Amino acid sequence: MTAVRKSLLLHGGLLIVLFGLQFVLPAYHHGNLARIMVLASYAIGYNVLFGYTGLLSLGHAMFFAAGMYGMGLGIRFLEMSPALALLAGLAAGLILALVVGYLALRTVGVAFMIVTLMFAQALFLTILYFGKWTRGDEGFVIQQPERVLWGIDLSDPVNRYFAALLLFAVCLLVSLWLIQRPVGRVLIAIRENQERARMLGYDIFAHKLAAVMISGGISALAGAVYGLLFGYVGATFASVQYSIFPLLWVLLGGAGTVLGPFVGTLFMFYLIDLSSALTTAHMLIAGVVLVAVTLFAQQGIVGELRRRFWRWLP
Amino acid sequence: MEFGPYLMLASLEGAVTTAVLSLTAVGLSLVFGVMRVVNVAHGEFFMLGAVLAWWIASAIGGMGGNPALGFVIALVLAPLVVGSIAAVADLTILSRIDYDPERTIVATIGLLYIMQQVTLMTYGPDARPVEAPFNARIALPWVEFADGRPQIYWPWGFGTTTYKLGVIVAAAIVLLGVWFVMARTRIGLIMRATQLDRDMALAFGIPVGRVYAFVFGLGAGLAALAAVLVVPIQQAHYLMGGDPLLLSFIVVIIGGLGSLPGTVLAALLIGMSDGIISVFFSPTLAKIIATLLVALVLVFRPQGLFGTRATR
Repeated sequence: MTAVRKSLLLHGGLLIVLFGLQFVLPAYHHGNLARIMVLASYAIGYNVLFGYTGLLSLGHAMFFAAGMYGMGLGIRFLEMSPALALLAGLAAGLILALVVGYLALRTVGVAFMIVTLMFAQALFLTILYFGKWTRGDEGFVIQQPERVLWGIDLSDPVNRYFAALLLFAVCLLVSLWLIQRPVGRVLIAIRENQERARMLGYDIFAHKLAAVMISGGISALAGAVYGLLFGYVGATFASVQYSIFPLLWVLLGGAGTVLGPFVGTLFMFYLIDLSSALTTAHMLIAGVVLVAVTLFAQQGIVGELRRRFWRWLP
Repeated sequence: MEFGPYLMLASLEGAVTTAVLSLTAVGLSLVFGVMRVVNVAHGEFFMLGAVLAWWIASAIGGMGGNPALGFVIALVLAPLVVGSIAAVADLTILSRIDYDPERTIVATIGLLYIMQQVTLMTYGPDARPVEAPFNARIALPWVEFADGRPQIYWPWGFGTTTYKLGVIVAAAIVLLGVWFVMARTRIGLIMRATQLDRDMALAFGIPVGRVYAFVFGLGAGLAALAAVLVVPIQQAHYLMGGDPLLLSFIVVIIGGLGSLPGTVLAALLIGMSDGIISVFFSPTLAKIIATLLVALVLVFRPQGLFGTRATR
């Protein structure tokens, strides 16, 4: 069996399993899995930039929040339809990614991390500052009648699960497709050796900017869908914590692997869920996992699997 | 009151902010300068210093000791304890990932959450004050022109406390001490040698690993010291590390990464303008402008406003 066929079988198989699971899962885990799939889509967006292009952003919450607020404010003040609002969220994320990418990509390494952190912090504070419209920390609820897309009520758990699965499938296949394309290969080349890629004649800046926009776009779409499916838009999703989460998920699952973001999100979500029975300080688990992953498993779960058993994993 | 006294009051508050900020930021800058790593957990070392100060002060107070004694013991002990914790973290975690810049940031983010959440689990979510060792009010005079000649008068509510002036003096002494250690002592020479060329220093028999642990501990200790100084003015709370971290980042970047004089100069600029801007504008707006400014400085002038050396 060729590697391409194996990977199609694996990723297609995962999507079929996720499709089938909704008929057997109890309500609680059913709801969790819908949430995990949307968050994993956010992680997939993060992985395009961090895992494949090698650019570590500490401010991805700004794209997630741009999508969420682009969607939420569109519904709240411009009375957009949900479909139009989703597009507005995506557009907000893409524009922000273009501006931030254009500025931040002039820096490299640690400076890039700090610049993205600062831009995200500025957006977070801006959301708080315009609390009159955004309702700041408190956030606002998107009412059930506003969440009916093409006659499908997205507040219904079954529809919500389907919508989350659809988003996840699209993001997964897009990232799988991207890294098989020449442009994806160039991104990996930039990660491995930027100077060599430049020597080969590739426009590094343009490719990196494209990576920021693809990554920001996917993250924004995930943010917009999250707000629409769960009916809430709040400033928490723009805070530093939501920039750290995708980093954590991707690192844990395996940076630069297609399945890593999903595995990391699933694992971390349930780790925090189980530990919240023991303590309210659940971010402690996140901290311990971050340190442990940097120390002992740089490749993450899927990355280790690839290194040891399945060398063909994309 | 008119504009003048307001400005004067704002500058005094700004001077206190500057004092605390320059200590914290010099700690961060030292770590970056010598070790070439960014310590994201720096704000949590600050927070640990404040929380330890409360613990020590209330333990001494509980034994019937003088509050001033408790404060003095905290001033000595809290930075030492926090410095040791940082040195241990350096030896067990950072040295094992070989100070790789990006992985260090990820690991210190992990450390940040570990320290913050352990504090939440033990110390709890409350904000608690520490009593200042001395805290007399000083009324300040203001000059007004009346009948064509200057007259001194004391506007109501216009003044400061001896403690705030004490903080400014203490910070200045510590900063001078840091400068003296770096510029005039053997250990300072060793640190500068490590900063200039790590491999050459190693070749000359300098135990670079131990120097790194010491510098990391020293940086954290300076943050803790700043926190002990500020805790009588601002209460100890498990989330108090966020603002000093952000402000120190701003200061270190504007001052030029790793440059100590630049850091102090930038702390003066940011501390004073923060105090003054916060009086006249919304603090949130001031922070938005400051963060955007920092991002743009890093993009267009990565060596900082005062720095000359190019960063990586």
